[in-house]
Amino acid sequence: MKLWLAKQRYLIDFTLASLARRKARNLGLLFVYIVLVFMLASVTLYTHALRQEAARVLAASPEVILQRMVAGRHDLIPPGYQERIGRIRGVQKVEGRLWGYYYDAVTKANYTFMVPAENAPAAGEIIVGPALERARGLAKNNGISFRSYSGKLHTFIVAEVLPQASELVSADLVLMSEASFRAFFDYPAGHYTDIALSVANPLEVRNVAVKLAAALPDARPILRDEVLRTYASIFDWREGIVLALLSAAILAFGILAWEKASGLSAEEKREIGILKAIGWETGDVIKMKFWEGLLISLTAFLIGFVAAYVHVFHFSASLFEPVLKGWAVLYPRFQLTPHIDGVQVATLFFFTVVPYAAAVLVPIWKAAITDPDSVMRS
Amino acid sequence: MIELHSIRKAFNQGHDNEYWALDGIDLHIEAKKVTALRGPSGSGKTTLLTIVGCLSRPTEGRVRLLGEDISGLPERFLTEIRRRRFGFIFQQFNLIRGLAALDNIILPAYPTGRPRRELLDRAEELLAGLKLGHRRHAKVEWLSGGEQQRVAICRALINDPEVLIADEPTANLDTHLAGEFMGILEGLAAQGRTILLTSHDPLVVESAVVQRVVDMRDGKLLSSPR
Ligand SMILES: Nc1ncnc2c1ncn2[C@@H]1O[C@H](COP(=O)(O)OP(=O)(O)OP(=O)(O)O)[C@@H](O)[C@H]1O
Ligand SMILES: [Mg+2]
Repeated sequence: MKLWLAKQRYLIDFTLASLARRKARNLGLLFVYIVLVFMLASVTLYTHALRQEAARVLAASPEVILQRMVAGRHDLIPPGYQERIGRIRGVQKVEGRLWGYYYDAVTKANYTFMVPAENAPAAGEIIVGPALERARGLAKNNGISFRSYSGKLHTFIVAEVLPQASELVSADLVLMSEASFRAFFDYPAGHYTDIALSVANPLEVRNVAVKLAAALPDARPILRDEVLRTYASIFDWREGIVLALLSAAILAFGILAWEKASGLSAEEKREIGILKAIGWETGDVIKMKFWEGLLISLTAFLIGFVAAYVHVFHFSASLFEPVLKGWAVLYPRFQLTPHIDGVQVATLFFFTVVPYAAAVLVPIWKAAITDPDSVMRS
Repeated sequence: MIELHSIRKAFNQGHDNEYWALDGIDLHIEAKKVTALRGPSGSGKTTLLTIVGCLSRPTEGRVRLLGEDISGLPERFLTEIRRRRFGFIFQQFNLIRGLAALDNIILPAYPTGRPRRELLDRAEELLAGLKLGHRRHAKVEWLSGGEQQRVAICRALINDPEVLIADEPTANLDTHLAGEFMGILEGLAAQGRTILLTSHDPLVVESAVVQRVVDMRDGKLLSSPR
């Protein structure tokens, strides 16, 4: 065992020395390798974090949302609608919600105006999300005016700025009182945007939906689980596109690795011949090259992965934003919650290190089994 | 020490360009003696060295080392024998460029896993013995031909082999350096090592250090042992 370790140390020493002797070439390869790992890791870390974020956000939202449809379009809930739902078994709470979108011509962005179920601000006051805080330079106790769709100017005082807990969804929020909301959007009294239902038992959600559809034929129940699935599939789809692009990169990398190894330079082949002639076994040569490959791929993997982590969680994946985030009104500077998943890392490792190892193994093996007597004739 | 019986060696056997480089060699290489192979170019001297040194296997015939038949051994065992019992001094020296003299010298000992300190001490000792101690950290490509050869000799000695094999050791040296090499050879012979070399060089084959000259032609021995 000790002897084995000593031997491996010698092989690694020799490998390090050979890597250093062919610096330019190995650095080139390492660079390409790192870029590849970086890209792949960025995509997977990013989409994974987005998915987690969405799940976290939705976890706080009601199990069922009921929208009224008129001519296939989302319409206001008229007065008396909530009463028609009556008592459905398993439904804990029925609540009319008030929310709407507002386009701010100043920042050219959409905000979500909303009346919170609890702790609504006083009339004339608002609570804003961090995106507004940044975009409009707002702080507590500042005043801000929005021109409503009817043309009137409404002025509000900022009572509070929301923390950044999950910026993905709360960034563009503007929370206000019911009275302010109805006045701003000219919402008729007794009307609501939609209805939120809380269902305690997840197994009962489907039943509730079926009963709702029967009682209110003009309404559409939206289940949280379905939204979750839709999100997931959107993320998957986008991740798929990027991964498809990247697979081309992996292929190119494979070719490069193959080329590097099969094009074992005449010098390297000569060295292998010398080592064998002076008493190295074929196995020693292969092990030495194995260590070389392992060192290169581990270094590339570590550097690439760490760089991707920094890219995604500290620079908000700025390189991928256009592709991966374009699907919703999301905000440039939002920070994802750092998250690393063991399976994910293992998958990534498998897809970057194994192809490299496979690509270099055959040519090395071929070179390693050359007859040692060749060095006598040069 | 080493007995060769009816050795034949073919290259490209079974192809159009089949060529028998060795054609029935019977030879006994005695222990602790300096034996030289002499013959025109293409007579098979190098080929014979590779067979004696376990770098290649004969197509036909047997090789006995210390009475044991080694011609049929699998590669792994041949490699081990080569590492333990033979040291090689190649015509082109065959050092690994970019590595220092010391690192080159200890390379054949890597597969043995001997402690590095011990190896380095031994390598320093060998270098000092050949008056090359001051060049131990120099990269081998910066060394002169004679210095490179001395590094190669140290490398051949690191595993303390009984047999040294040298192919045309003076071919790349001038007369003065060749003379120095013969001096080193004399020292090695005095240590009781078995030495087998090939040479065209009268300076080598006619030297008093060489105890026996074997003449070869067309893959056969001309039996006129001196
Ligand atoms: N790998 C090989 N394939 C084919 N023919 C070979 C091979 N190696 C050697 N030969 C041939 O075998 C013959 C003997 O070669 P060898 O190198 O043993 O001669 P030599 O006596 O050492 O010659 P020199 O004095 O020029 O070194 C030569 O004709 C050579 O061309
Ligand atoms: Mg020759």
